Order: sequence, then C-alpha cells, then structure tokens
Amino acid sequence: MKLSRAQVEHVAMLARLELTEEEIATYTGQLNSILDYAAILERLDTQDVEPTAHVVPLHNVLREDVVRTSLSQEKVLSNAPDADNGFFRVPKIV
Amino acid sequence: MDLSALSAAELHTLLADKEVSATELTRAFLENIKARDQRIGAYLTVTEEEALRQAAVVDRRLAAGEKAGPLTGIPMALKDNLCTEGIRTTCASKMLADFIPSYDATVVARLREAGTILLGKLNMDEFAMGSSTENSAFAQTRNPWNLQHVPGGSSGGAAAAVAADEAVFALGSDTGGSIRQPAGFCGVVGLKPTYGVVSRYGLVAYASSLDQIGPLTKTVQDSALVMNVIAGHDALDSTSIPLEKPDYTDFLVDDIKDLKIGVPREYMVEGIDPEVLRVMHEAIRTLENLGAKVDECSLPHTEYAMPAYYLVATAEASSNLARYDGVRYGYRAANAEDIVGMFKKTRAEGFGAEVKRRIMLGTYALSSGYYDAYYLKALRVRTLIKRDFDAAFATYDVLLSPIAPTPAFKFGEKADPLSMYLSDICTIPVNLAGIPAISVPAGFAHGLPVGIQLMGKPLAEGTLYRVAYTFEQNTDFHRTKPALTGGEN
Repeated sequence: MKLSRAQVEHVAMLARLELTEEEIATYTGQLNSILDYAAILERLDTQDVEPTAHVVPLHNVLREDVVRTSLSQEKVLSNAPDADNGFFRVPKIV
Repeated sequence: MDLSALSAAELHTLLADKEVSATELTRAFLENIKARDQRIGAYLTVTEEEALRQAAVVDRRLAAGEKAGPLTGIPMALKDNLCTEGIRTTCASKMLADFIPSYDATVVARLREAGTILLGKLNMDEFAMGSSTENSAFAQTRNPWNLQHVPGGSSGGAAAAVAADEAVFALGSDTGGSIRQPAGFCGVVGLKPTYGVVSRYGLVAYASSLDQIGPLTKTVQDSALVMNVIAGHDALDSTSIPLEKPDYTDFLVDDIKDLKIGVPREYMVEGIDPEVLRVMHEAIRTLENLGAKVDECSLPHTEYAMPAYYLVATAEASSNLARYDGVRYGYRAANAEDIVGMFKKTRAEGFGAEVKRRIMLGTYALSSGYYDAYYLKALRVRTLIKRDFDAAFATYDVLLSPIAPTPAFKFGEKADPLSMYLSDICTIPVNLAGIPAISVPAGFAHGLPVGIQLMGKPLAEGTLYRVAYTFEQNTDFHRTKPALTGGEN
C-alpha cells in the first residue's frame, strides 16, 4: 500500500495537524517505509483469531452512581490558556 | 562513606538507626545533582525547596518516635509524565511546557504517604515516544557510562539519574520497553509489572492498553520495596486489577534450583552485537551453575510483534493525544483565525517530529477504509503473540532474552525512524502480551552496560524477582559504578 501525498494531507486533516511542504514530503516517505514493513502482517492468516484490544479480562468496571467530590472549577481552569468567567475561551467556531 | 551510592535498603538501616537524617541524605543528592547534572542532563525540574521541606517533615516525625517505613526519607525522582500536584509536568514536550497538574498520580500519592522525598522530574522522550531520550524538546540526557552515548528511552532521565547516584530510585513508564531498555543501557534494574498491577491514574497516557509504570533501582531488593508501595488496585484506574498484593520482598530468595528457563531463539536476532551474545551466554552459564535448567524455545510470531506494536501503539496514541488542542491546558498557538486553525497550529507547533509521525501513522491505521487492514489486523496478531507466551509458560517458569541487540548507541546514530524502532525488538512483545518483565545488569560490551531480560507469566513478578535476585547476588555487575565521562571505545 503506497500512501499518496493526497492521503497524507487527508490524514493530517483528520489529526488536526498543520504540516509544512517539507514535512508532507518527509512524512510521506517515512510512513511508506513503516507501512511497507508492517505489510509482513499480511502473511499471517488471522481469519479465525479474535482481536485482543485489552489483555486483562476486566469488563465494564463501574462504580456506584453516587455524587463525589471532583476537581474544583478553579483547579480545572488553572492551566487554561484563556479563561473567562468560568469558561474556556477559544477563537470563533461558527 | 558515599551515602548517595547506597541502596534504599541500606539507607533505611542508617535512617532507622538515626545514623543519618533525611535532610542530610537529601542534601547529599541535591549536591550530586548540582555537581553532575550539567554533564548527565537527567533532570528537567529539580524541586530543591520542596525536597528539603519534605525531609524536614520526615526528620521531625522520626525524632518524635515514629518508626521509619522501608522508604521513609528516601530521595527519589519521577519521569516527567507522572502528574505531580503543583509541580510542572511537561512530558518533555513544548505542548506541556508550563503545565502544572492539579492532582497527584496515584503512584505519586502512595510514594508520598510512604515518606519518600521528591528530588525532581526527569527527562524523557517526548510523550514517551522514543528509545533514546533524543526526542526530548528540552534537554539531552547522556549515558553516565559514556557521555557520547544515549541513556536509552523513553525513561532515559530515570535510568541515568539512578545510575549516576542522582536519586536512590526513580519511577518510569514502559509502553514498548521504555523502562527495561534504558535500565539495561545504564546498568540498573528496571521492572515493567504485569499490565494492571500498578495504577495508571495520573500517568499521561501514550498507549492505554500497553502503558505501565515501574521502578528503576540499583538493586532487585529496592525494586521489590518500591513495588510494595506503588502496586495494588486503584479505583481511579478502571484497568487496574483487583489483586491480592503480596509482599514482594518475600520473593528475594537466593535459590533457582530446578527452575525452568526458556531462551526464545527468535530474540537472538540477526545483527546482534557479538559482545551482547557473549554476555547472554555467560548469563545462561551462570544460571545453569546456580541450578536452573536452561533450554532454547520458540515464540514463532515474534517477528510480527514490531509491526503489530507500531500499529496498535500509534493508533492508541493518536486517540490519546487528540486532547492536546490548546483549549483547556497546555500550549495554544497565537494568531489562529478560527477554532480549526487553532487546533492545527497548536498541534503543529506544540508537538515534535516523532510525536507527529506516530499520530499520523495511528490516525491512518484507524481511518475509514484502513481500520480492518491495519488496526484490527494488528489486534489479531496480538492474540497470536499472547498465545505464544501462554504456550511457552506451560513449560517454562521464566523466559530469558537480551534487552536489546546492542548496548547504548551514540547520539544521532539511529536517525532513520525505522532503525530506531527495530532496536526495540526484544522488549515490545512483552507489552503486547501484558506480561511482567525485568531488566537486570549482566555485563559490559565496549565499556557499556548490557542487561538481560527475564519475562514471566501474568502476575509472576515474584518469580522474576527470585531469578533476578539470585542472579544479582551471585554476580558483581550491580556493584560497578559509571565513570561519568565520555570515553573513547
């Protein structure tokens, strides 16, 4: 599978990464060599093999639906690049 | 007597007998950091005032008659991806250059309760992505055994600090070998526990199904002492195993008679340094002389672990690092016209090249049309790799391999990303399977430390400790100290 420049640009858009011309060229090359290497996985017949997303047999670890103390609003906003009246302020969305 | 060269266990005796105070001990390490860290570069943040304040509290309590716990008053340091409340936590990234967590990681809180002294935060590869600590946005960490060589990564600062007596012990994190490989490269003991044994709450996530926190220590005994504090179920981490925590020091037994050790042939890779091979063979001879039965075995899917890892880990990373968007914390790019522009610029400017590369790879592997061929395929291969280990452990108590095909390489030597990834070939399968593994000093090659890796079945840290302790007590490698110079070799 050869990644085209257009595909690399698409992936960058999905990942919300702005890339320079040079970066697009470099990443296209490097990603292709990594993917070429990863192609060896195709040698394995895994049709009847279950995927392992998680190694420990824990499922649906839940707790009681009881209100507990969490981080204060002050703490949550403490690292905000731009906070205003209890909100995170960002450039215009619409 | 050089206090800073002693193990935690030895220092505990001195503290308990009131032959040394926590303050004296802390000052000794702060002095070492001042004298050495210009050369070593292990620390990103040194918390001098806070350390002395903590030491004073410990000394007051000891003077009032409180009994010293095994780690009371022991100065340590933490990899900079562990959240420390009120103390800058950067993950060695511009993205978090000024980030100050408002809570402690669970392991940090547990170490604090145990009375340890925090000396500072340690350098690493950015967001734990790397095998040499060369990907740090802020500092270069050098191998204390030869300053022209890397300390390994991504917990390079942690391994170097312990090796250079700039901390008694450190905590690192391991996703594909990031505790074990730098431990091997720097001649210290590094344990990656079974997935789920140590809480990940407060560890900045790289790949959530692979990440584990673990100790880097001068001795196997110290490793067990640290595990006694940090291991155990945590309600704040839903992937944390509800286990009956043992006393890990119970396993420090100098006896491996009739223990069955398997050496997977696939780990003795083509291109392995002949000196590393020599160290491995000598280690096998030592273990046999100590009564263990050592045999060659096979983990047939080993060669598929690397590509599977670089699809699974990068896919998970692309998801975990999506939170760095400049909205709630961390770096925000200036002069963005709109929200999407802000995201793109923030991430372009805040992340380094390796991080961006892995995000790109992971995003692609998860994207529509490619998810089945890449990510899902890799997860199926992961099952096969896990099955290989399960089958081997039906016969063997532990498996033995090198930590890496070579000792620590030189700065800039592995500039091609793929060649850097390939150096992780011995450590990666362990993370995919979620099993525990430990790196133990086993010799030297070209003047640099060589570690051996012991792998165990899930929750078999005890067996690993038994073999590691026996090996350590019958060899002298852990007693050698680095020169802190850049030798010619």
